[in-house]
Amino acid sequence: MSGDILDVVTGLPFWVAVLRIATPLIFGTLGVLLCERAGVLNLGIEGIMVVGAFTGWFAVYQGATLWSGVGVAALAGAALGLLHAVLTVPLGLSQHVSGLGVTLFGTSVAAYAYRVLLPRVTTPPTIEPFSPMSSLGVPLLSTQTPLTLLALVCVPLLAYVLNRTPAGLAVRMVGENPGAAEGQGINVIAVRMWTVIAGSALMGVAGAFLTLSAFNAFFFNMVNGRGWICVALVVFASWRPGKALAGALLFAAFDALQLRLQQASGAKLPYQIYLMLPYALSILALVVMARRAAYPQALMKPYRKGER
Amino acid sequence: MANDSISLELARGEVLALLGENGAGKSTLVSILFGHYVADEGTITAFGEPLPAGDPAAALAAGIGMVHQHFTLSDNLTVLDNILIGTEPLWQPFSRRRAARAKVRETAARFGLAVDTHRKVSELSVGERQRVEILKALYRGARALILDEPTAVLTPQESRDLFATLRQLVAEGLAIIFISHKLDEVLAVSDRIAVLRNGRLVALRAAAGATKAELAELMVGRKVVMPTRERRSLGAPVLHVRGIHARDAHGGMLLDGVDVSVRAGETVAIAGVAGNGQQALAQLLSGTLAPERGTVELAGRRLGATPREWIAAKVARIPEDRHAVGVIGDLAVWENVISEHLRSPAFARAGFVRRTASRMHADSVVRRFDVRLSGIDVPARSLSGGNMQKLILGRALSVGAATTPTLIVADQPTWGLDIGALAYVHQCLLNAAAAGAAVLLISEDLDEIFALADGIAVMFHGRVSEARPAETWTLAEIGLAMARGADAAGDELTRAA
Amino acid sequence: MRLEARAEVSRVLQLAAPFAAIAVTLVVCSLLVAWSGVPVAGAYRLLLEGAAGSAFAVSETLTRATPLIITGLAVSVAFRAKLYNIGAEGQLYAGALAAVAVADSGLSLPPAVVFPLVLAAAMAAGALLLIGPALLKTRFHVDEVVTTLLFNFIALLFVSMMLDGPMKDPTAMGWPQSVAIPEEFGLEKLAERSRVHSGLLIAFALAVVVWIVDRFTAFGFEMRAVGANARAAAFAGMPVHAVVLKTALLSGALAGLAGGIEVMGRAGYVTLDMSPGYGYSGIVIAMLAQLNALGVVVSAIFVAGILVGADSMSRALAVPTYIADVIVAASLIAMLVATMLARYRVRWR
Repeated sequence: MSGDILDVVTGLPFWVAVLRIATPLIFGTLGVLLCERAGVLNLGIEGIMVVGAFTGWFAVYQGATLWSGVGVAALAGAALGLLHAVLTVPLGLSQHVSGLGVTLFGTSVAAYAYRVLLPRVTTPPTIEPFSPMSSLGVPLLSTQTPLTLLALVCVPLLAYVLNRTPAGLAVRMVGENPGAAEGQGINVIAVRMWTVIAGSALMGVAGAFLTLSAFNAFFFNMVNGRGWICVALVVFASWRPGKALAGALLFAAFDALQLRLQQASGAKLPYQIYLMLPYALSILALVVMARRAAYPQALMKPYRKGER
Repeated sequence: MANDSISLELARGEVLALLGENGAGKSTLVSILFGHYVADEGTITAFGEPLPAGDPAAALAAGIGMVHQHFTLSDNLTVLDNILIGTEPLWQPFSRRRAARAKVRETAARFGLAVDTHRKVSELSVGERQRVEILKALYRGARALILDEPTAVLTPQESRDLFATLRQLVAEGLAIIFISHKLDEVLAVSDRIAVLRNGRLVALRAAAGATKAELAELMVGRKVVMPTRERRSLGAPVLHVRGIHARDAHGGMLLDGVDVSVRAGETVAIAGVAGNGQQALAQLLSGTLAPERGTVELAGRRLGATPREWIAAKVARIPEDRHAVGVIGDLAVWENVISEHLRSPAFARAGFVRRTASRMHADSVVRRFDVRLSGIDVPARSLSGGNMQKLILGRALSVGAATTPTLIVADQPTWGLDIGALAYVHQCLLNAAAAGAAVLLISEDLDEIFALADGIAVMFHGRVSEARPAETWTLAEIGLAMARGADAAGDELTRAA
Repeated sequence: MRLEARAEVSRVLQLAAPFAAIAVTLVVCSLLVAWSGVPVAGAYRLLLEGAAGSAFAVSETLTRATPLIITGLAVSVAFRAKLYNIGAEGQLYAGALAAVAVADSGLSLPPAVVFPLVLAAAMAAGALLLIGPALLKTRFHVDEVVTTLLFNFIALLFVSMMLDGPMKDPTAMGWPQSVAIPEEFGLEKLAERSRVHSGLLIAFALAVVVWIVDRFTAFGFEMRAVGANARAAAFAGMPVHAVVLKTALLSGALAGLAGGIEVMGRAGYVTLDMSPGYGYSGIVIAMLAQLNALGVVVSAIFVAGILVGADSMSRALAVPTYIADVIVAASLIAMLVATMLARYRVRWR
């Protein structure tokens, strides 16, 4: 069995799969990370990814270019993010319940829209997805689509913005001590809202990757809990973009491994056991990191202006 | 009505003190000035220009800076980050950190406020944090500075250092508004004094020539009779804390060998600047902190780290934070009254709450302790600070029908209360001591300590000094002990003598 | 814009909140109905008829409401103590599976003994599934929202595994479903030619019991205290961790029981699609009822009506049946806003 694993892990196709599986996780985790650094838990990610997947795919189905589809998905994500932001920031409602509401709403609206727009289809219609960047010449990356490259670029970009720009400092401070930021002239409500919107746009792109790159059609249940895994990965990453990338890759490696183990070892264990592993792993990651969590101190505390 | 038709002027190079008891409207007024609140009526003119309301950014741009009572600093970020935030436009894709660092160093040198910009705020002492707060304002070119109760967290010596800094600021032409309820300080540091009472400006005096008695009466509006402590004989020792060492969850030291004893009828006060282990000591004596080593004995029996044991041992505990720990805000007043004894036969039978009996008890507590409210069914959070504290006192002191508690642990019992409520709380504690309860008072208010305590000990870096009779302490000694520990204080005074 | 806490929260506003929320939701969702090209008034009329327009409709609504009342209770009990149990879906399936396992195990005990054992097994399965996340919360401070959610996926995969293997129905011709509950352990129908079963009465009884526990018992007091302010509750001597764990056991047991009752009364056997999201709907139901046990009965019947009515409407008109899920999700959001407005006044600068 260990010989199997070693064979699998040292082969290039394995790592190709890892990068592909990791891409939506990278986008999603960065999105949740951004929201949480500003102090807002965004549990709408599952629904936002569904909406991103659907809108991106549908735009391309109607003739838009692939990158326009990605843009549409980002906008759709931003719109749902705006809803969550309004509920949790100026209105200060429960971030848990609002996020769940956005997820339920996003998922059901996407399903409804799909049925209204395509009333008579039985098998999901396909589109022409992103093709691999074979012109790149770098062995691992040339088998990936441009969205994966974008995801990898987003990691250092987000780290730079958070740590080295005034806007990033504002985001970090409203997540640590919004009263302090207010006292220095920062509009806490505006910063939190814009950050949630931006993070949600990233989540929308994560969903679009599924329909425009990984697969080429929209299925119900295609997100399948990836959003929740991203929420767990943010804790594992201690809210840092670099560690988020590491976490996403690690997780994707386990996911790719379980797929190959299934195929390699024949039918010894029921396939469901293998499918359970990613979720169990996420829970383990949460437990391991929860003890040392250096979380943003104002996370999940609504900010009421003037309330001291 | 928090502020009722207040008009004030402030001149350059002047220190104006805003004096008033808690709840008089001082913080509200300066919050409006700084833009945290919006006034319903009225205007503010700063340096000749009208100031837009409700906008801290506008206040900062106009040259108004504020040092808040509860520091507005992010613990997890560095000193430089805390000073830098808000000073650069948000759309800028880079940050000029080196230049900022140099400017901070220059400003700090100019006003004598040394601080290391690389350190995280969580690592700084209270005095250092206050320096960062002031630097924040000076870095942005403040020409008027508001200080809200700045000495509340400082030792007497640190307060003197602060006043020296203020004098330097004034010499450079800054105007200062200084909020306080401490008469000595106000007389020492200000040029003019504005007295607020119940939201109105009741007097505007020059500091020269004003007397404490006059100001006190203006603040309160009537003569307040402060309860006096009687000398009496003390009973047997009740509380023995021996050799307690405790650490926090990360292994940091909280209590470093604490020994305290209190006798029946005795009031022992623990003085000290915040952050020297008082919280941990209060938690230890409430049953919410488990020590690493050492024992706590009450009337001969060892007590462990569960609140249940302490409640059962008839310890009345008055916590520091009444909102977060003292009451459960969403529950009704009567439910809060019985919350510590929920499962006792008096209030529950066969798992069901005995509502009638509980409500009757709550009625009696509310009456006896003068808690003003519209009914015992209102949620506890709707009570004012003073009434909430009276409720907590009533709950703690009505252990059983008429018995006095064995021990009372009072942690900052009058913080944030107006003078009427403060006098009431002090009277309650004195009465309880007279009835034979042992009282352990943890307080940062030296006036309170001298008013109530038979014996005073000073807490410093997790240790408690020996408790000496109140009469044997001088203010200078206590101040030194608070700043540097009792042993060092003793040496220093002998050297000075 | 500023929010100002109202000095006195009137009961009228609090009671009106859910109705206002639902009204706003229906108005907003009418846009979606119009988008599908169908006249709104006609669609809503059919929805109403499908929910309550005939004896059959009412019976369908009540049948659908039975598991919803119980999951609504499960969620409201947990949320009261600030334990965010989002895993009711998985707990429901676990309960259903356990019920079938025990009922079909061929125990040589009189049916009168096995029947309560079946119910107990369902409760135990649900409780076990929630105790893990609850322990992780009390011991390691791990947020229970994500852990309970992830457990849903694990639980469903486990059920799928069981249905493929040990609990497969040999007569079902390859279709993944479990063996059936034996006749003697099914819940009786309450009325001829309808699917309403005595599980409904059990659900009503449970609601009353939960209400009594919450309002009148010391344990209910502790649950509310811990949910309102765990630190203060600990200070007052209440055993916070024990209360959270007991709450988890109760909530999980209720969710598991919902699954058991559903399989014993309506479904007869366990399938992978036996619950169209009852666990998640339970959240909406609990919030609409403002976490009040008696209110849960009303809001569960309402949600059931929407679901049943939308099914019936979509059979007649070209409105996709997903409109029901949209209405339910939107009313959760609307309810959040409505309860806030009942407590705070909005002040514009």
